[in-house]
Amino acid sequence: FPRSEEAPAKKLRLSKPSKSAALHIDLCKATNSTDALQYLLHFARKPVEVESVEGVVRILLEHYYKETDNSVRLKIASLLGLLSKTQGFSPDCIVDDAINTLNNEKSHQVLAQLLDTLLVIGTQLPESPTVRQRLIEMACKHLSDTYFGVRNKCLKLLGCLGMADTPLTKDNDGPGASLGLLRDIQSIISDFFGDQDPRVRTAAIKAMLQLHERRIKIHEIIYDQACRLLSDDYEQVRSAAVQMVWVLSQLYPESIVPIPSSNEEIRLVDDAFGKISHMVSDGSWMVRVQAAKTLGSMLQVSHHFLEQTLDKKLMSDLRRKRTAHERAKELFTSGEFSSGRKWADDAPKEKLDTNTVNLIASGACGAFVHGLEDEMFEVRIAAVEALSQLARSSASFAEKCLDFLVDMFNDEIEEVRLQSIHVLREISTHITLREDQLDTVLAVLEDSSRDIREALHELICYTNVSTKECIQLALLELLKNLNKYPTDRNSVWKCLKFLGSRHPTLVLPLVPELLSTHPYFDTPEPDMDDPAYIAVLVLVFNAAKSCPTMPALFSDHTFRHYAYLRDSLSHLVPPLRLPGNGLDLVDSRCGSGSVESAQLFLQQSLNRVSTIQNLEAPGAQDLLNFTIRDLQRLGELQTELAGAADFCATYLRCQLLLMKALQEKLWNMAVPLCLKQNVTATAAAQQILEETYKLEFLYSGLESRQVATIHHVRLQAKALQLILTARTRQGLDPLISSCEKFLQDIESFQRLFVAELPHLQDSFVDKLLELMPRLSSCKPVEMVKILLATLRLSGLLQLRLPEQIHRATATIIEPTGESDNPLRFTTGLVVALDIDATLEHVQDPQNTVKVQVLYPDGQSHVIHPKPSDFRKPGPDRHRLITQVYLSHTAWTEPSQIEVRLLLAYSSSSTSLSSSSASKLGWSDSIDSLPPPEAAVEGTIPFSKPVKVYIMPKPARR
Amino acid sequence: MPEIKVTPLGAGQDVGRSCILVSIGGKNIMLDCGMHMGYNDDRRFPDFSYITQNGRLTEFLDCVIISHFHLDHCGALPFMSEMVGYDGPIYMTHPTKAICPILLEDFRKITVDKKGETNFFTSQMIKDCMKKVVPLNLHQTVQVDDELEIKAYYAGHVLGAAMVQIKVGSESVVYTGDYNMTPDRHLGAAWIDKCRPDILISESTYATTIRDSKRCRERDFLKKVHESIERGGKVLIPVFALGRAQELCILLETFWERMNLKAPIYFSTGLTEKANHYYKLFITWTNQKIRKTFVQRNMFEFKHIKAFDRSYADNPGPMVVFATPGMLHAGQSLQIFKKWAGNEKNMVIMPGYCVQGTIGHKILNGQRKLEMEGRSTLDVKLQVEYMSFSAHADAKGIMQLIRMAEPRNMLLVHGEAVKMEFLKGKIEQEFSIDCHMPANGETATVTTNPSVPVDISLNLLKREMALGGPLPDPKKPRTMHGTLIMKENSLKLVSSEQALKELGLNEHQLRFTCRVQLQDPHSDPDTLNRIYTHLKSVLKGYTIQHLPDGTVMVESIVIKVSSSAEDTSTKVLLLSWSYQDEDLGSFLSTLLKKGLPSGLC
Repeated sequence: FPRSEEAPAKKLRLSKPSKSAALHIDLCKATNSTDALQYLLHFARKPVEVESVEGVVRILLEHYYKETDNSVRLKIASLLGLLSKTQGFSPDCIVDDAINTLNNEKSHQVLAQLLDTLLVIGTQLPESPTVRQRLIEMACKHLSDTYFGVRNKCLKLLGCLGMADTPLTKDNDGPGASLGLLRDIQSIISDFFGDQDPRVRTAAIKAMLQLHERRIKIHEIIYDQACRLLSDDYEQVRSAAVQMVWVLSQLYPESIVPIPSSNEEIRLVDDAFGKISHMVSDGSWMVRVQAAKTLGSMLQVSHHFLEQTLDKKLMSDLRRKRTAHERAKELFTSGEFSSGRKWADDAPKEKLDTNTVNLIASGACGAFVHGLEDEMFEVRIAAVEALSQLARSSASFAEKCLDFLVDMFNDEIEEVRLQSIHVLREISTHITLREDQLDTVLAVLEDSSRDIREALHELICYTNVSTKECIQLALLELLKNLNKYPTDRNSVWKCLKFLGSRHPTLVLPLVPELLSTHPYFDTPEPDMDDPAYIAVLVLVFNAAKSCPTMPALFSDHTFRHYAYLRDSLSHLVPPLRLPGNGLDLVDSRCGSGSVESAQLFLQQSLNRVSTIQNLEAPGAQDLLNFTIRDLQRLGELQTELAGAADFCATYLRCQLLLMKALQEKLWNMAVPLCLKQNVTATAAAQQILEETYKLEFLYSGLESRQVATIHHVRLQAKALQLILTARTRQGLDPLISSCEKFLQDIESFQRLFVAELPHLQDSFVDKLLELMPRLSSCKPVEMVKILLATLRLSGLLQLRLPEQIHRATATIIEPTGESDNPLRFTTGLVVALDIDATLEHVQDPQNTVKVQVLYPDGQSHVIHPKPSDFRKPGPDRHRLITQVYLSHTAWTEPSQIEVRLLLAYSSSSTSLSSSSASKLGWSDSIDSLPPPEAAVEGTIPFSKPVKVYIMPKPARR
Repeated sequence: MPEIKVTPLGAGQDVGRSCILVSIGGKNIMLDCGMHMGYNDDRRFPDFSYITQNGRLTEFLDCVIISHFHLDHCGALPFMSEMVGYDGPIYMTHPTKAICPILLEDFRKITVDKKGETNFFTSQMIKDCMKKVVPLNLHQTVQVDDELEIKAYYAGHVLGAAMVQIKVGSESVVYTGDYNMTPDRHLGAAWIDKCRPDILISESTYATTIRDSKRCRERDFLKKVHESIERGGKVLIPVFALGRAQELCILLETFWERMNLKAPIYFSTGLTEKANHYYKLFITWTNQKIRKTFVQRNMFEFKHIKAFDRSYADNPGPMVVFATPGMLHAGQSLQIFKKWAGNEKNMVIMPGYCVQGTIGHKILNGQRKLEMEGRSTLDVKLQVEYMSFSAHADAKGIMQLIRMAEPRNMLLVHGEAVKMEFLKGKIEQEFSIDCHMPANGETATVTTNPSVPVDISLNLLKREMALGGPLPDPKKPRTMHGTLIMKENSLKLVSSEQALKELGLNEHQLRFTCRVQLQDPHSDPDTLNRIYTHLKSVLKGYTIQHLPDGTVMVESIVIKVSSSAEDTSTKVLLLSWSYQDEDLGSFLSTLLKKGLPSGLC
């Protein structure tokens, strides 16, 4: 139906007769109810424009009163609801009619549908309390209907529209309400927690949850009722009840509730936690998933409760164990059950006071133990996620759940294993692994799945270990891993880099052994190309960085190898202050505070540039040139600021280009005389445009202010283009259209960056907007003149830097481009090329990253990798492991193709995302929508191209 | 009061020879029919003479249900059906039906061919017996006869293991057989709905154990095997052919696959091969992972596990061997054990329970020198590990099942008496329900309070609905008038008119008449008038009419006044009401007996 823009609606009105008239004729033609239903169904497929909605509604209602068939009335009722949703149509005029029909309706199904319609009307009129009140009263009246569907809809309506502060009189016909007391909405809904129909019970809880979502505070009394529903016979009720209990536990965490069968009291959140934990061993797996997920978000729960979730043996009762004496008893009782790991330890011991041990705890006992052992992997994953959430907020819990997470490394489903490794990484700041734990963790390094191994490497990067034996063990296992899976080389090295820099003091005692040096004898020089040896060196050098005594232990060849590695693998080997040799490799950039000073420098450079007010000021170009050079160098030196420095440099380059293009002498000459300059100016404009797209889409962390600045530059470039078009004088028509287009651009700029306009004072746009009335009425030639003047007068817009700017980068790890052996395949058939690349700071890579293959003959293919080919090993990092299929006609010689990664962008996706989201209608007909604006789509290459040698051979016959 | 009686013939406070008789609603059911591993004499089989001294069992039993294929649950089946004599239906699940005869045949071979026993059931008898079997599907309600119905639930103990619900009318019993509440590598966890049976008969093998997390044990197991293999040692895992063996195989198989290990794994041939075949077939009975992945690859088609040949035991290099039997008391596992026992690099892992007297039991208890036949001794140098992999519910699992099913009474079987006692205490304390644990031959009786379903005619229901509030409120009982007709074993509640019509009876009116003496000096019409006003003020909301013929009608109650002959101030009131208005009538009579208030005009 409706809700499309005004533009198509207008067209429709002009070209078609009113919808309502057609419907009326159709309905009158209908001889029986089947026909009428057909017409209605047909009618529902097409949209109705806002102006005729009311007419259509009248016709429908008129027919409704005449109609005897239930199904037709039902359809009409549903159509009324749909029509009320029409954008721009205010349904308050049909409230009376809808209520009227409701009062006269006998069929339960139609009643339910009508209530649904009322709900739609009610949600469309959020501002009208009287309508709302009436609707609520209607709902209350029909709550006593015998058909569950009607009760369901009434409850839903109450949930969606009910207000906290309106007391209601409930009609006397309901049981138990004959006193005619004023009752509030929550108690009315909670009455239906005990309904005989499970569907109604569910609807009641859902309605209550709906109230909560609408920020109405749920009363605490509901808690008891919700808890009772946790043991309902029906799973959907239990599932909803879990949510309800959770909501209440978040609302009243500190309230005190009594423990039944004892005179003690505990906090409500603890009680709720215990009850939800209980649901982790529910009979239905849906409920189990729900419960396990919910547990993760109950962060206020007390400590001893949390820890119970990991304990199976300590049966309940902990809640009352507070004294030391009782705790001692607990130790005693915990020996009562056998663990099943040792032979014959289940011989019955002396009988203990059975009162102290409850098998099914009313508490949280072992909830996670159960969840992690569950049959369904959905439950296990939910439990692992919950563990991670809880562990992140509690260090001691993190310590405790370590063993359980490590156990999950052995799960039968890879997804679960992977998830638990990720979780362990997330909480690893809290924990230090013991040797035995590390041992189990490292055992997974032999896993044949690459994802698992890499996740584990990632984990090791973040782990803390306690002893030097751990380091040794880790190194040993990693080398084993390297040996078994040579492709893991980079990942293993990186892993050792972090391991070394994290534990310099633990590495120190191992150095002689690792480098196999000997106090008296010279040992043979190890092979420099051995990945295992490089791995050891990476570990040692990184440790040496913060351990100045270590280099003393190196032998001569180690220093040589250091120099080599520092050059070849500079990202893995840090600069070291080495004694002797006079070799002082430490750069000032490693000193503390260097980031701040670099930041300062960056800021100063920008400030300096901002002093250029007039683009033609002498020395301005030089200043820009120098600043750009400085910034580029800064980016190389200070990796933390590389993104920001690059960004600034690019921006300034745009300005420089603009400046050059606008040089005085160029514009004073007659057109035919400066063709050459014209060409350079055109090229500059084109280049600026390209650079602005890079600025906008390649950098993450931009705020709307920076985006506005970028768009501003783009606008300037477009103005320049326009001026250049005018000068070439190719005719008036294209000029007029490009002028119009430019005006549109200004308008859309204004629309998009209204909030930013105050910051753009005195800028090009600001001036243009002032001149706007004149611009839109004047002739193109005049407009061009104005533009030129404004452009040349406008100053440089100062760039304000946001907190963090990161440039999206991509590195292709594989193919390496070093191979001399061509990849041979038969012409016309395909060959798969494995691509492995890391992407940093790319948002939504699934949609934006593409692979481009460039053949020597200039042909190029763009391949869109599958979403599943992207993995996310860490924050702001992605990894693309995919295969691209190559094919070509026969070549006589092997030749190189180029593979590179592209970042695709579309200007519409960012600037108009807000408006496009609201465009989905119920009829799902997007085809009628016009494209929002000429979206600029394009790609930016953002990785170095890699050359692959290939050789398509002619097919042998 | 109706009763349900449960009598274990085996497995009462004992493990082995499971056989439980249940009488419920006039039906007799035998649950399981197993043999005892520990005996070789008559005590091996349940004592069927408890049911009848002579003759066949057919007329005493309505059906026999077998929970799973382990011999202690089905070993006595051919003996009972063919030698004692039973021709009724025997129910078991499809996998049980497939695997059961293999095990029975194997058992027969060992007893007859190896031990040379006579008077034992023959192969033909096993076949005949299996012909009486009716297969069951999970969650399928099977009508044994008009009243008795049974339904199977997943038990997760071995392939095809089931729990059964037996239902007669509204009385029901659930028998768990052996079950497992923690899923393992090839089977899921037991599950039952909230069926609220009158009795839940549960096994209690691990009544005093709460096991460590399954993963922990698995990890330990894998780590031990892996370390041993890396050292170059050989690992022996004695198992029984079916059940745990498959679980451990899958565990090792996936581990080998994941870790890219190359050392060979062997599995002793024979029985197991046949059994693995059935595991491949009955994929629907396995766990989520196997069910979901079998399209790509059936997990029971092992890549790394090969059949074992006797000569392989002497091969150099590391290997893992699964060999039968599980307690190292005979057969291949013992032979291999003897070969490998001398090397400390080797290892034996006992994955389950070992009976006293077996070598398994001895080495688990730390014995390092074993006496073999012929006075030779064997030094045990290899490592001995124990790892409980048996698939029974532990104490917590049993409690969990009780919570799922919500029974009214509990009954424990299949466990040791001391341990049962402990669990019994816990159950009674935790759920406050009765818990029984009868010994063999002892009968536990539970009285039930079955609800009796009555058909109600729709018209009557609607009429009553119209009278009262529209919604039935489950918390408030409501009275209604109707006639209960018992006819041909069915109960019907109908309106009285319909009852009269159906039974062909005439309607009789029953009226009560009562005389009340009243002191009132006024004339008769005045008195009547005074009564009218009085009632009008007392009975609000009732229709009270003063009729011209000198009567007052309150609803259908007629009040007349006449003066007594002797004393005109003593009025005699005549009240008459029909049976239906008994309440109001008696109220009126007592009200009028108190006399009229003087303030009336």
